[in-house]
Amino acid sequence: MSGPAPEWGLAVAAALLALGLAGVLVRRNVIFILMSVEIMLNAGGLAAVAAGARWGQADGQILFVLVLALAAAEVSVGLGLILLLHRRFGTVDADRFSEMRG
Amino acid sequence: MDAAFFAASAIALAATVMAITRTDAVHALLYFIVSLLGVAVVFYTLGASFAAVLEVIIYAGAIVVLFVFVVMMLNLGREAAARERGWLRPAMWAGPSLLALLLFVEIVALLAAAAPSHAGIHAVEARQVGAALFGPYLLAVELASMLLLAGLVGAYHLGRDDRNDRDGRNSGRAGGHAPGRLP
Amino acid sequence: MLPWLWTIPALPFAGFLLLVLTGARLRQRAAAWIGAGSVGLAFLVALAVAAAAAAGSGATLPYSQTLGRWIDAGGLHAAFSLYLDALSLLMILVISGVGFLIHLYSVEYMSGEDGYCRFFCCMNLFVASMLVLVLARDLLFLFLGWEGVGLCSYLLIGFWYRDPRNGAAACKAFIVTRIGDAAMAVGLFPLFTRLGTSDIPALAQAAGAQWMRGDAAAVAAAMLLLGGAVGKSAQLPLQTWLPDAMAGPTPVSALIHAATMVTAGVYLIARLHALYDLAPLAEAAVAVIGASTLLLAGCSALVQTDIKRVLAYSTISQIGYMFLALGVGAWQAAMFHFLTHACFKALLFLAAGVVIHAMGGEQNILRMGGLRRRLPLAFWSSLVGGASLAALPLITAGFYSKDLILWFAWDSQRGAQWLWLAGWTGALLTSVYTFRMLFLVFFGAPASEQSRRAAEHAGPAVRIPLLVLSVLSIVAGFVETPRLLGNITLFSRYIAAALPDTVTRAASPGMEAAIEALAIVASLGGLYAAFTLFIRRPQLPRRLAERAAGLVRWWRSDWAMDALYDAVLVRPYVALARINRRDVVDAFYDGVARAAAVAHGALSRSENGFLRWYAAGLGAGAVILIAIGTWGRT
Repeated sequence: MSGPAPEWGLAVAAALLALGLAGVLVRRNVIFILMSVEIMLNAGGLAAVAAGARWGQADGQILFVLVLALAAAEVSVGLGLILLLHRRFGTVDADRFSEMRG
Repeated sequence: MDAAFFAASAIALAATVMAITRTDAVHALLYFIVSLLGVAVVFYTLGASFAAVLEVIIYAGAIVVLFVFVVMMLNLGREAAARERGWLRPAMWAGPSLLALLLFVEIVALLAAAAPSHAGIHAVEARQVGAALFGPYLLAVELASMLLLAGLVGAYHLGRDDRNDRDGRNSGRAGGHAPGRLP
Repeated sequence: MLPWLWTIPALPFAGFLLLVLTGARLRQRAAAWIGAGSVGLAFLVALAVAAAAAAGSGATLPYSQTLGRWIDAGGLHAAFSLYLDALSLLMILVISGVGFLIHLYSVEYMSGEDGYCRFFCCMNLFVASMLVLVLARDLLFLFLGWEGVGLCSYLLIGFWYRDPRNGAAACKAFIVTRIGDAAMAVGLFPLFTRLGTSDIPALAQAAGAQWMRGDAAAVAAAMLLLGGAVGKSAQLPLQTWLPDAMAGPTPVSALIHAATMVTAGVYLIARLHALYDLAPLAEAAVAVIGASTLLLAGCSALVQTDIKRVLAYSTISQIGYMFLALGVGAWQAAMFHFLTHACFKALLFLAAGVVIHAMGGEQNILRMGGLRRRLPLAFWSSLVGGASLAALPLITAGFYSKDLILWFAWDSQRGAQWLWLAGWTGALLTSVYTFRMLFLVFFGAPASEQSRRAAEHAGPAVRIPLLVLSVLSIVAGFVETPRLLGNITLFSRYIAAALPDTVTRAASPGMEAAIEALAIVASLGGLYAAFTLFIRRPQLPRRLAERAAGLVRWWRSDWAMDALYDAVLVRPYVALARINRRDVVDAFYDGVARAAAVAHGALSRSENGFLRWYAAGLGAGAVILIAIGTWGRT
């Protein structure tokens, strides 16, 4: 079947990963940090699917499904935590939650 | 197919850039949705239609909706947006951009160094995926369901609002918690 | 009987162990029995061994006994091995015999002293170490004994440790001999590495086979070992410790600093004579050191006022004679003089001990006088010992041994006329200072209240050693007499099995007679001079001393060597230490500590609790690891 070379898919995934990483490092609002993490997870799933397409096996998409399940669970718990943080500290600034400092 | 792939990729990347640079949470989430839809189209061009559908339904349709709900509940308001703008000075972008760029360059260099495989794309149908899921990957499915259960329980517990259940022991804290002392 | 050889050093060592473990609870009598008894037993075993060796057809010596392996590392195989030949048999008989007599004397002399048991403990360890030193077949085992005697010397000089001056004297002795010991340790290395063995007989053979006469390695090793011998035997330039070592109890001075430890250097050179035969430069050095030391010490002894210091300088001088003999190749004569010196020097010290006790602790001879009627035992013992020291002709042992040395100084191939002249002058000086001491202490009028009241309290434990040593100081010389006086060669034939005969120039009998006559003249001349100066005209020495006060002061302070060392060695070092007060090397280690603290500060600042900081760390780490993984090997 004709289509783009899978390497391009991996390259796009790399780009999305890099953007997600930049987002995690720059944003101070925990909601945005969590969203950037989702971007990175999505990029990982894209890489898996591209690889599965190249080999013609279902494993790539299955990995993607599992990543999806993981992301869902993680987001629900994470957002619950964000709600708690906001209720407790009144802020969603990640830099304020630094009690685990040395 | 190629053109669709490249176009969708371009849209996804542009939308992601916008998503991480917005100050308003809802705007960022909407751009995120666009990014996800673009990635779904990419999946389709790669022959993974099942993944594409799942992407739209679950990622864009459930996870991001969760985000939207929480943003709505937090009700951060306009001063939040102003604060975000203050935090997003261009100087702050230097380090993270450098790191992200380095990572991207490394991975692309790895990809370029590898010998180009002349294998093309093989479409994988939903039936194939299903058969694999209920075949060799059965255990993984069960584990994923347990993970989701854990997520469910955790989210319920974390999000529980204690105010209405209290039996009046901690009086003096009416109308929601006062913000706790910050360390 | 010979297999019992190992018990000879083991018995005193067992005595030491017993005393060290139980001594605090023992009564003095028990400690005395153990202390003196162990050395006595060792002497009996030594006698039995000697008898067995004599009864055997003579082929039983040399006898070796290995007690076990010690070091097996690389090319070095050291063992705890003992070696009995004529030389070591002589040494163990003298050490255990004279040692036992001195232990017996100490039983009474040191009674009532605080630390009585500690005294015998250290003395036993000393005897054990000294026996190990002379019996050792392996050079490292010898060195072990060498170090052991040094330790015991330190412990015993500082026996009355409550007075810090005694401790200082002990430290001085230890440090000065340590310099020699360091040279000796370094000197052992070329022997091991070049000759591949530390076994002394094998070493001697290998040296003869491998090195030509004058080989640089042989000379280097010999000179370094000479350094060790010089330190231990208190020769120039390391003789400064012995006079101060008189701070220890008198039996200690008798045993360690007269009869045995200070002769360890002589033993070492004699034992390694094969090596010294290959190093003419070293041999010449030995002779020169001996000659200069005997003169220097003789001059110093002339002006001392402390009775023990006179004897100390006398010891230095007599060992100078032994070194002189070794240096001209007269190995047998050196050991003969060692034998006689052990007898009469120990006797002199023990008698001096009786005098000091009788004078209530006074040691200044200028405050004594006229003691010959009040202290008869001490008087007659000192007279015999002093006569032997001054080599009074024909009737004393010292005459025969000193005469032999003087003869070989003239006649040996490696001898020289000026060496003989130095020895002769030394003999004259010896006679003068010996009789000076005797006349000042025992003759004349009492110079102080104590000498008027002096009374001799000497029990059998004191009398017997003095008696035995007096007899020996007379008869011990009769084993070896010159050709013109009976030509008895018992000693030289006995020890020829271990030490070769001296190579002589074979001077004419006329020359020989002349040399002997001159020796007699020296001894008697000294007696006459001392008699004149100290009996007939006692004002004369005082006027001479006044006229030459500076010289007297210079000689009394050991030719100002202490001051010299202080100026040349001690003060520059102290100045350097003051400059380096903020230690440079310490600053380096402080810097290391400070760098660690700085790094700690930096790292702990990286643990700031910021989420994004940690995420950045993860990201950076991932980037670096991927880079290393993919391109690290190029």
